[in-house]
Amino acid sequence: MTTLAPPVAQVKESAGQAGGRSGAVAWMALPALLMFVAFGVVPLLGVLALSFTTWDGIGDIQPSGLTSWRATLSDPGLPHALWVTFLVMALSWVAQTPLSILIGVFLAAHKRYRGFLAVLYFIPLLLSSAAISITYKALLDPNFGLGAGLGIPLLAQDWLGRGNLALGVVVFVVSWQFIPFHSLIYQGAVRQIPTSMYEAAQIDGAGRVRQFLSITLPQLKYTIITSSTLMVVGSLTFFDLIFVLTAGGPGDATRVLALSMYQQGFQANLMGPASAIAVILVLVGLALALLLNRIGGGSSSQSQLEGA
Amino acid sequence: MERMPISRRNFLNLAIGAGAAAGLAACGSSGPGSGSGGSGSGNAAGAATYWSLSGPPGEPIRKAAIDRFNAANPDSKITPTFFQNDAYKQKIKTSIGAGEGPTMIWGWGGGGLKTYVEANQVEDLTGWLNENAALKDKIFPSSFGAATVNDKIYAMPIETVQPIVLFYNKQVFEKAGLQPPQSWGDIVDNLVPKFNAAGIAPFSLGGQSRWTNMMWLEFLLDRTAGSEVFDKVFAGEANAWSDPAVLDMLTKVQNLVKANGFIKGFSSITADSNADQALLYTGRAAMMLHGSWSYGIQQSEGGDFVKSGGLGWMNFPPVEGGKGDPSNTVGNPGQYLSISSKATPEAKEVAKKFFSTTLVDDAEIDGWIKSGGVPIIKGSDAKLGASPDAEFLKFVYDTSANAKVFAQSWDQALSPTAAETLLDNIAKLFQLQITPQQWVDSMNGVIGK
Repeated sequence: MTTLAPPVAQVKESAGQAGGRSGAVAWMALPALLMFVAFGVVPLLGVLALSFTTWDGIGDIQPSGLTSWRATLSDPGLPHALWVTFLVMALSWVAQTPLSILIGVFLAAHKRYRGFLAVLYFIPLLLSSAAISITYKALLDPNFGLGAGLGIPLLAQDWLGRGNLALGVVVFVVSWQFIPFHSLIYQGAVRQIPTSMYEAAQIDGAGRVRQFLSITLPQLKYTIITSSTLMVVGSLTFFDLIFVLTAGGPGDATRVLALSMYQQGFQANLMGPASAIAVILVLVGLALALLLNRIGGGSSSQSQLEGA
Repeated sequence: MERMPISRRNFLNLAIGAGAAAGLAACGSSGPGSGSGGSGSGNAAGAATYWSLSGPPGEPIRKAAIDRFNAANPDSKITPTFFQNDAYKQKIKTSIGAGEGPTMIWGWGGGGLKTYVEANQVEDLTGWLNENAALKDKIFPSSFGAATVNDKIYAMPIETVQPIVLFYNKQVFEKAGLQPPQSWGDIVDNLVPKFNAAGIAPFSLGGQSRWTNMMWLEFLLDRTAGSEVFDKVFAGEANAWSDPAVLDMLTKVQNLVKANGFIKGFSSITADSNADQALLYTGRAAMMLHGSWSYGIQQSEGGDFVKSGGLGWMNFPPVEGGKGDPSNTVGNPGQYLSISSKATPEAKEVAKKFFSTTLVDDAEIDGWIKSGGVPIIKGSDAKLGASPDAEFLKFVYDTSANAKVFAQSWDQALSPTAAETLLDNIAKLFQLQITPQQWVDSMNGVIGK
């Protein structure tokens, strides 16, 4: 259910080409478009329609106008869930981005031992979120976990039983799982930077740190935006991991929007309000994706390689 | 020249966002992924499906019953599927809503059954049970209460009576030189501080599962005010939670939390993994309030803890000055099997035959007794004496038979909507995140919903 969209591939289209060619290209997008409409747009419209009804998931669907929206928007749980979602998003971005860039740059160098390390770093990405959650839950158990087992009091905290600690653990586990993915993106991007730039910098007497700050980072600008978009929008969909790890608890300390949607819909049998939350999630996701695109600056196809 | 790619990128970014959102939406509508395993409601003639809970001690007995039935009736076949407790509760609702439910729906009766009835999803069994009076007569009459909606019976009581029991670790008590609690005051003023001083948690609790916390509220409210307060809530009376006894009970619970009455980290322990019970039989906690089914779990997972007489049990002690009858108990007065109204006539016949033969035969009764349960079948107490667990089984039988009121668990008695609010507020109460007054206010808001 986590949506890991592949990095946006840009097809260069020159304006002078004949119409027949671009027609063929459009036709090739058809299968993907059909899938997207069937599994993306149609359910989305269904959810939008459901948000204006009252339905317990079993009986008949009753149209009820704005009742579900009123119930959802007046629920004090909504701002709380939005805030928790934002915290998870912001904190996991802050934790993941610098580490991913550094690891990506480190792994980009063509050295044997780094290739070996790259394989090791990649392992967390191969595991399912549910398996990761169950493992961490067992390791962090205050009575039977790592801290109690090894006799290290520092590790024997009530990791998942206190609000702030539990939120921290969620961010940590999310980062642990996704840093390899983003490192991989950065590794690829760093390898694309022409070596002539570094050679020129070396001739000018720039040190490693200077090269990193003046060449690598600016060259990674669009990769950072792509990776951030994936992180930020992806963090809206964290459900499985949090559900298994804390079930939104303790209390409602880690109840993100996706969890509160599930709880309303499938535990309290209130499909109307649950659909309203889903619509809010979609809107937040769209707004964030657009915002990040804006931050990336207008003309994205401007050359990054000027002077290279 | 630059225009076209810009709009494309905008579009693609939108697509990423919408894709993520669609992922969420799809996750919403594709709940019963493995529902197809149940293959509708048994299309082939004489084929029926059955969903129930996994894990010991119930799963092997349920499987054995189905195997017996399939062997005795070669022309009909029941296919079982088993799920974890908490997962099952959601799965069964969504699959019934999607018309993908099993022929036989395992449940707890009460509020959940009522939603199925209101949606016309389950068969009315009243007429069939009247025709088969001999069958109906075999079962405890009190077990039919939670199977009845609007004076009609929609489920067959099966398996065992399961009162909530206060379990304790005898070895831990012996080592600390303490006696099992005589009263609530004894717990709060004597046992809790002494066990904490000895470095043992007074009570084990699987708080993340939430219904585990609820059992405390059920007993405390019953002991302080009797069963009338919750009866009013159940009847949908406005502001029924505003009874002063409720505030008093909630304050007592929070005081126990503040006094470290429950094991450290209780709010991240789940009952489904049986970690709360492991804390009791490994001696890290002295006592635990849990369903009587826990006996079977501790027996199968706790090594020789139960066999060596390490496990003690008692009914919840009285509260000083409380109005409730100390013989009262709460829990599950039975488990229930309903027949899907969407099943084929053939599948329904198979289910009824299963109900009237295999589920009340001697092997079924013996199986449950052997697992440490008391069957809902009348006169099964005569068989209890031969069991190695006779002492516990007699206690359960007597507790159930002598209880003036055997109240159904609150989350099962209420509608799913009210039950979710209840469990949510209980979790926050134990987390000291809300005050008793806030608890009462939010619960009054969902009365009758």
